Amino acid sequence: MAQETPVVTRFMRERPDDSWQFESARAYNAAYTRLERAFAMGPEAIVEAVQQSGLRGKGGAGFGTGQKWSFLPKGVFPRYLCINGDEGEPATFKDHMLTERDPHQLVEGAIITAYAIQANHAFIYLRGEFALGADRLQQAIDDAYAHGFLGKDIGGSGFDLELVLHRGAGCYIAGDETGLLSSLEGERAMPRIKPPFPAAQGLYAAPTVVNNIETISTIPWIIANGAEWYAGMGVNRSTGTRIFSVSGHVERPGNYEVELGMTFRELIEGLAGGVRDGKRMKFFIPGGASSPWLLPEHLDSPLDMDYAGSELRTMLGSGAITVFDETTDPLLVSWRLAKFYAHESCGKCTPCREGSSWIEKVLYRMVNGQGRPEDLDLLLSFGSNIVPGLNAPFAQTTICALGPSTMSHVVSLDRWFRDEIVARLERDTARRTSLEIVTVSAGADA
Amino acid sequence: MSTDAVRMSQWPSEQPYVIPVAPGPDVATVTIDGKEVQVPRGELLIKVAQDHGTYIPRFCWHERMKPVGMCRMCLVEVEGMRGLQISCATPVTDGMVVHTQSPGVKAAQDGVLEFLLVNHPLDCPVCDRGGECPLQDQTLAFGPGESRFVEEKRHFEKPIPISETVLLDRERCIQCGRCTRFASEIAGDALIHFGGRGSGTEVMTYPDEPFSSYFAGNTVQICPVGALTASPYRFRARPWDLDSVETSCQQCAVGCRGALESTSNRLVRLLGVDLDPVNQGWLCDRGRYAYEWVHSDARVVTPRLAREGGLAEATWPQALDAAAEALRRARDEHGPDAIGVLGGARGTNEDAYAWARLAKGVLRTDNVDAQLDDGLPAEVVLGLPRASIDDLDRAAAIVIVGSDPKETLPVLYLRIRAAAEAGVPVVDVSTHDNGCTPFAACSLRHRPGEVATPVAALAEVLGGRTTGSDADRLAALVADRDGPVVVVLGRPSLAEPATAAVHAAALLAAVPAVRFLPALHRGNVHGALDLGLAPGLLPGRVTLDAGRAHVGAVWGGVPAARGLDARGILAAAADGRIRTLVLLGCDPLTDFPDRPLVERALAAVGTVVVVGAFADAAGGHADVVLPTTVWGEQDGSGTNLEGRVQRLARKVTPGGAAMEAWRIAGELAARLGVDFDLELTAEVQDEIARVAPAFAGVDAAVLRRARDGVVLPLVDHADEIAWGPAPLGAGVSWEPIPAGADAEPVPADAEAAATPTGPPAPPVALWEWRGPAEPAPTVPVDAYALRVVAARTLYGADRAVLESPSLAAFAPRDAVLLVSRTDRDRIGVADGDRVRVTSARATVELPVVADARIPQGVAFLPANRAGAGIGDLVDPDAAVTDLRVETLR
Ligand SMILES: Cc1cc2nc3c(=O)[nH]c(=O)nc-3n(C[C@H](O)[C@H](O)[C@H](O)COP(=O)(O)O)c2cc1C
Ligand code: SF4
Ligand code: SF4
Ligand code: SF4
Ligand code: FES
Repeated sequence: MAQETPVVTRFMRERPDDSWQFESARAYNAAYTRLERAFAMGPEAIVEAVQQSGLRGKGGAGFGTGQKWSFLPKGVFPRYLCINGDEGEPATFKDHMLTERDPHQLVEGAIITAYAIQANHAFIYLRGEFALGADRLQQAIDDAYAHGFLGKDIGGSGFDLELVLHRGAGCYIAGDETGLLSSLEGERAMPRIKPPFPAAQGLYAAPTVVNNIETISTIPWIIANGAEWYAGMGVNRSTGTRIFSVSGHVERPGNYEVELGMTFRELIEGLAGGVRDGKRMKFFIPGGASSPWLLPEHLDSPLDMDYAGSELRTMLGSGAITVFDETTDPLLVSWRLAKFYAHESCGKCTPCREGSSWIEKVLYRMVNGQGRPEDLDLLLSFGSNIVPGLNAPFAQTTICALGPSTMSHVVSLDRWFRDEIVARLERDTARRTSLEIVTVSAGADA
Repeated sequence: MSTDAVRMSQWPSEQPYVIPVAPGPDVATVTIDGKEVQVPRGELLIKVAQDHGTYIPRFCWHERMKPVGMCRMCLVEVEGMRGLQISCATPVTDGMVVHTQSPGVKAAQDGVLEFLLVNHPLDCPVCDRGGECPLQDQTLAFGPGESRFVEEKRHFEKPIPISETVLLDRERCIQCGRCTRFASEIAGDALIHFGGRGSGTEVMTYPDEPFSSYFAGNTVQICPVGALTASPYRFRARPWDLDSVETSCQQCAVGCRGALESTSNRLVRLLGVDLDPVNQGWLCDRGRYAYEWVHSDARVVTPRLAREGGLAEATWPQALDAAAEALRRARDEHGPDAIGVLGGARGTNEDAYAWARLAKGVLRTDNVDAQLDDGLPAEVVLGLPRASIDDLDRAAAIVIVGSDPKETLPVLYLRIRAAAEAGVPVVDVSTHDNGCTPFAACSLRHRPGEVATPVAALAEVLGGRTTGSDADRLAALVADRDGPVVVVLGRPSLAEPATAAVHAAALLAAVPAVRFLPALHRGNVHGALDLGLAPGLLPGRVTLDAGRAHVGAVWGGVPAARGLDARGILAAAADGRIRTLVLLGCDPLTDFPDRPLVERALAAVGTVVVVGAFADAAGGHADVVLPTTVWGEQDGSGTNLEGRVQRLARKVTPGGAAMEAWRIAGELAARLGVDFDLELTAEVQDEIARVAPAFAGVDAAVLRRARDGVVLPLVDHADEIAWGPAPLGAGVSWEPIPAGADAEPVPADAEAAATPTGPPAPPVALWEWRGPAEPAPTVPVDAYALRVVAARTLYGADRAVLESPSLAAFAPRDAVLLVSRTDRDRIGVADGDRVRVTSARATVELPVVADARIPQGVAFLPANRAGAGIGDLVDPDAAVTDLRVETLR
């Protein structure tokens, strides 16, 4: 029977009633005791240890965390740490839980990380809708300040840190690291051209590290238990654990923290109880709405970030797994995702701004019996002007990765359901006498 | 010049981001589509390709703005880099191999165009841009044949006015961000921005705040589609019916280069031309739309003579005879000093020269002044070391004294702002906050009339001493900066004599690194002064005495002694000492600050000869009206504030019988027995080059061939001249239009033959002035009074504005008193309420409005307004004017 391996979720499970409170976190989770060890190690040794641990970003791209920190240009100050808690990827709900249930773990991780990268100013950008999380996190920050874990000369180390909680105003693109930085600066959340990368010129054009909440929450444990301990978990270059948010047509939806290397089947059928009501699975989304879909035949593949890319042509992304049973209309799912992207495109660059709503309009017709047999090919054809080659890992003509995400579900339709869909479009066409153009605005609610 | 980083726009962030450039040799070898070229490392790929003959399509990139990478039209393939790269934000490095036509690139271009057309309304037949539209052109050249989009397009109400002159059609907008970036990055008026997101992204203004930027018209010019249109041009013409010449705007002394366009003998548009050392493609809106006045119904185009019952039409011989007779009679009966000539700053250099010759050489009067007591003494302007506009970019510091360039020299303001953005510290010395204050590194405030006080401290600091005043802040700013200190020097207020400003000039002129840009406003005032339309001076920046022999040799003589300036001339006229007064393209009733004096002078003088475009100049006092052609109707040259002589071109045929002012001078001279022997503009130019020392070498051939004009004196600037027409020919309006499309090619042997010994030096040493100067008296402050500052604003009751319907529609006309909010509250009135204003001279009623830029104790009077104003209140002999302000109750 598949088992969870709780690391960042351990304490919140042990004390579900007060894990977010300072006294509880101090008494039962030894919160902030890893600071001493971190300060003793010194910044370089921490970066080194995180690199050794193999920790990879848990926000979506899976980039080596220690490696990212090591990119900061030498001797350029001030530097900033920005912690990404925007969590806008549909069906992802892990950072939400980490913020509400263990904010001190996050604050401790933030302090260690800021110390490691020598930043005296850190920001946590939290999705605006997380009201309870914001309250608890703010309380945690206040408590940390009150007890000398934030502010000047933390724990006598000589290290100063100001930590600011910033609440977003509700858009997905503020989760993209450069969109987040624009938003933090007080502008519209619009991604930026890279280079320059945030490590060189990020917030206020100063060297900046952007990391996900789960990534940062892991840091205290690597300091406490050592890089080898973390590297010893997981599989291949996917070390350690990850939280997977399992949702959709399963018996027990929820967040599961497991060691990487476990199979999808163990996670979905073992931990999440399999498809609900005894139905069969039609397909599942393995890593958030932006990732191409998989079929039941892929269930025995390992949860391995590199394997997902090279063998399954998808990604583990934000760790959100959504399961769809046999009654699901894949076209309808695709349209709903298209509508999300059309609504969330920031509008800065042409292919995504215009392409995302065009995709939505075509899919809407297809869903509503107004499709033409050539429509799937039409989508793939103009979609390849957003994602040249249409194959993961996605290339892009756009500024940021939201562009290619608009096509991942269409690519999936073509990969797995082409015959079914084309047959349906042919039937629709035969039934119809003329093409009636139906559209809804991407902004309206479905 | 190679770089290590390229400044970029990370729009919408305002932070200073740069694109890093990989290290390598300064000259990079780059292969573009198989062709190897040597280019400076760090230049943008899109620009390098264009300079070497490969046009990479683009929408958002504009050469004069930072790259932003939004439209994705410029994607290319760079070997060794993953995916396609935007060439507008990719600096070249050594060994780069680029493909701009590969199948991948073509597919991407096709794709971007198809995406752009998804929501584009394609209403080309009713769109101003149709026929010169980058979206049309690039679709034809790089795009798909037809669209596969069958759904409904995005809809917006169209068009909506976003300012007095700009209309926005959001359906046509392709969201390139050129307009929004221009507004925030170049003009500093971030009044338009994007709203919405995804395909609903739209350009918008803030609620209740129109896009009223002095520079809004530039956004219309650079918009790559017909989303932004200008009401003055809208539906007036189709691009293929337009005919165009290159000329320079003469609405102020910056002299911005423009392409003046007409259809059916009517001017319909002025586009900014990219003259690198001057306007870099931009225009202000006053300059852009003031061509309308050329077609004003109020113009006089047939000669007039005073008959019983008023002015009546006359023939040219009748009118010229009458004018010549009046001049002769005044001279013969009362001596040359009984003649005065006012004006000339609105004409061409040729006009100014011919009139200087007529007045000083033929009539021998030195009572000549092109300024109407609204500038600075000519000896000071001509005698100070001059800076070029480009010096702003390389300056150690820019000091702005006594002027608000945003109001009087708008595009100079853009250049100052750009220099400040690039790190040049700007010091603004003023009585109140002004256009340059937001980006000034240091703002020094003084009481009206006391500009020399902060300037004395500044001069100390620039000379390396500390003063214990605010000016010390400058020391740290300029500590490690080389280059000249550029002083933009103007008249701080029309409500005070020029004494304090002249004193300030003398203090600064003593500092070796200081160079001046005189902030005189009127279009060709510098040409007029340079060509001798000022007392005590002869053409070519020489005094009467210094130039007597050289100029007199051609003219047959020059006045014996220095004459009167404008104030003196009007005072003499009022006293009956001046019998014939010539008004050369000016109307002292609006141009001269002291209106009562003008009225007395006009009433007393025997004969008023109006040489100009409006018969009602001088109110009802004109006796002879000689109608002149104006800008746009006449070839010639003009001189801007840095001393750059540029070609002015005729675009439309003048209506009626109007004649060039220089030709009128020749006709009058002939009637007075002197044959100028000048038939063509080029002949006047050649004579100027021979006679006027500062113009030595600047003959007609040089003027025709120098692409960007010639900066005087030629000896100092000969190596800056670019010869022959622009290598790229005329551009399309949305991209920087290369200057010099009108320049004449240089014949193969001409250059060497013309100047075998290099450019000729002035035959007479040019006039220099460094002071000394009298300090202005300080007048104790009266705590119950407000001290007046009077200065021009860009729009006002100026003739060119009032006669241009598009500008007149929104230009403020009426006099108003601007005060601090505290003072307004102390007076006890609301904004717009009329108050009783009393000076030592008069009591008038004026509306009062609070303005955050005005400090307590100061009252600002816009000078160019109709109705009661400085003309009534200010005693020009008083050092300052204090006003008592009371409610009417
Ligand atoms: C459209 C888009 C949305 C994203 N949203 C999030 C998000 O909500 N939370 C997050 O942590 N990362 C998000 N990312 C990924 C971030 O850009 C960035 O890679 C991540 O925050 C880095 O942290 P990590 O290295 O710890 O994963 C998003 C990326 C894109 C392109
Ligand atoms: S890809 Fe989409 S979301 Fe990203 S910058 Fe471009 S328009 Fe904005
Ligand atoms: S209005 Fe014109 S310049 Fe402005 S964003 Fe739209 S297309 Fe570009
Ligand atoms: S700045 Fe002066 S010269 Fe330039 S366009 Fe405006 S008015 Fe004309
Ligand atoms: S021109 Fe390069 S992205 Fe627009």
